[in-house]
Amino acid sequence: MIKTEKQRVVTPEYLFFEAPRTRSYITGSEAANEAVRRGNVDIAIAYPITPQSETMQQVGELYAEGYLRDYYRAEDEVGAFAAMSGASRTGVRCLTASSGPGLMRGLETVASWPGHRLPLVFLIMCRVINAPLSIQPDNLELGYMLLTGNVVLHAENQQDFFDYTLAGFVISEKCEVTLPVAVAVDGFFVTHARGWVEMPSADLKLPARECYSEAVPMIDNENPPIRIARDAPIQKSNFISYQMHAAWQQEIQAALERSRQWITRYLGGLIEVVNPGAETMLIASGSAVSQSREAVRQAEEAGKEVGLIKIKSLRPFPGEELRQACAHAKRIIVPEFNCIGWLNREVRSTLYGWVDAEIADGPRVCGGITMPTEMILEWVFEGKPL
Amino acid sequence: MTRRMFKISAGFEEVMPPEYRELVEKGPFEKQLGVAELGTFKELLEEHPLCAGCGLALSLRLTLISLPSPEDTVIVGATGCSSLAFPQVAVHNIHSLFGNQNAVATGLKRALSLRFPDRAKDVVVIAGDGATCDIGLESVMHSWFRGEKLTTIMLDNEAYANTGGQESGMSQLGTVLNMAPMGKKFKKVAFPEVAKAAGCVYVAVAAPHQPRRLERSVRRAILIAREIGPTYVQLYTPCPTNYKFKPADTLSVIREQEKAGLFRPDEYLSPEAAAYIQQLEEAKG
Repeated sequence: MIKTEKQRVVTPEYLFFEAPRTRSYITGSEAANEAVRRGNVDIAIAYPITPQSETMQQVGELYAEGYLRDYYRAEDEVGAFAAMSGASRTGVRCLTASSGPGLMRGLETVASWPGHRLPLVFLIMCRVINAPLSIQPDNLELGYMLLTGNVVLHAENQQDFFDYTLAGFVISEKCEVTLPVAVAVDGFFVTHARGWVEMPSADLKLPARECYSEAVPMIDNENPPIRIARDAPIQKSNFISYQMHAAWQQEIQAALERSRQWITRYLGGLIEVVNPGAETMLIASGSAVSQSREAVRQAEEAGKEVGLIKIKSLRPFPGEELRQACAHAKRIIVPEFNCIGWLNREVRSTLYGWVDAEIADGPRVCGGITMPTEMILEWVFEGKPL
Repeated sequence: MTRRMFKISAGFEEVMPPEYRELVEKGPFEKQLGVAELGTFKELLEEHPLCAGCGLALSLRLTLISLPSPEDTVIVGATGCSSLAFPQVAVHNIHSLFGNQNAVATGLKRALSLRFPDRAKDVVVIAGDGATCDIGLESVMHSWFRGEKLTTIMLDNEAYANTGGQESGMSQLGTVLNMAPMGKKFKKVAFPEVAKAAGCVYVAVAAPHQPRRLERSVRRAILIAREIGPTYVQLYTPCPTNYKFKPADTLSVIREQEKAGLFRPDEYLSPEAAAYIQQLEEAKG
């Protein structure tokens, strides 16, 4: 009997909230791998790239051990992501992953997944995408992901990477969502560093994908031979086609909105707030949250209360939650691991006209540079230029 | 899929579109029909929107007629002229992107094999020459290298016809087309040879001027892919719109090209594929 058949199927609620957990000191890559082990995944396809390879080659080991039913190394990211398009349409649980340049190479396909209504989990181990070549951590690529229609979750640490990945399969396959879920994590800082992760027993796994309960029919020829099974006839140049395309795109946005309830249920909300009454608020996602936590602690030692809003979900974006959490704030600081400041832009456009706070244009690091807490504290105490 | 799955529920006969009713009553599902029965059953392609005299449309029509099990076939297409016709094809089909069709088909075929391990579900890629030989070359080649059990059919009109008649890798040397204003500078790619070298166990070149030969090629390719490995069929499908000949002359253009040595029907079977076809023919008696 293959190993996955020895695992006991339990409900997502039991697996996420009720099953006893034990602590392990593991890397982020290993945490993602352990989520896949319990995810009842049918097929995983990926192309090697640093720092993603660490996870996906371990997933290959899971396949060899019998936890997955199919797995292969694709010809490149275009091939890997396209194969996801075929496999997900056919009703099996799908996993792929990439990093920086690989994500950019396959971005056309990634941006097509939501329109094709494809449930799958896409792990993103962020790294520099811009020339000159670098494999260092930097999450600029997430600025592109925000425009694609994918659900995008950003994990802070190894524990998040385990929890978000596992929850991602369930959220993705909900009938009212039926969208890909990208689970991003900052490369190396999380993927190659160890942290404590609490996990339920490896003898448990999620229920299998119920493909006939989703929003669109499967392409398996087990449905009537309707002429337009999934892909709308939108290439024609007429107003029916324009209307159909418009409605299709609006529905993707609506499906993203409908994912909020499941993100709230399984991740405990789209944001987490520390020191909600503070006048100075840090807003961060990914590993910048961990740096910000330490900055909050050190500020407290220095006698200043600083608040922190951790953004777990970048798409859908927690706009209403941010407006409420920042209603009283006088100064907002957005630490980021990229040179563009995509989160800063999101925060500004979300809060514009809603709060009186000054929103600082930083701090940011990029190209693999770490963000010392002193840097954040400089912006807190010295009031760096707004 | 069985016919039971798409029969019309009692009371709904009147409201279903007439072409759907015809499909249920006279469609080719589970009937083993082919070119010889043409005109006696409801075809899978409904009133395609392609140009008058389009060789691609004729070839697509004949290809669909030649499917050995339309009730258990999924087609993967690509951007191009054929993608305008696929929304009107009554077989599950996918349009994903331009050039990724064989990778999509790989995921699809593997997933079908997981879900239906005891059923033959044929996955057939039907795409143009640009999608197959140029932009999609990598995914096509790697699906062959991996030995995926897919059938790849190129509708070769020797140009990017849907975007207005640009040169493709399959255009003939010297042909003046858009983006080749002084004539194409390199020879038509010998794609059947590439297919053999890359691991295809069956390779055929055909055209709609010989419908029975086309049917045999498509049918053999799908049956062999089902059991043995990747197969490739290249269909010459001249384009009157971009090559500027009369729509009524499509078949004579094929014959002229054949006479000039620029198109040559061909068939290659690996020893394993040949043995399998022989076994099927002996079983048929």
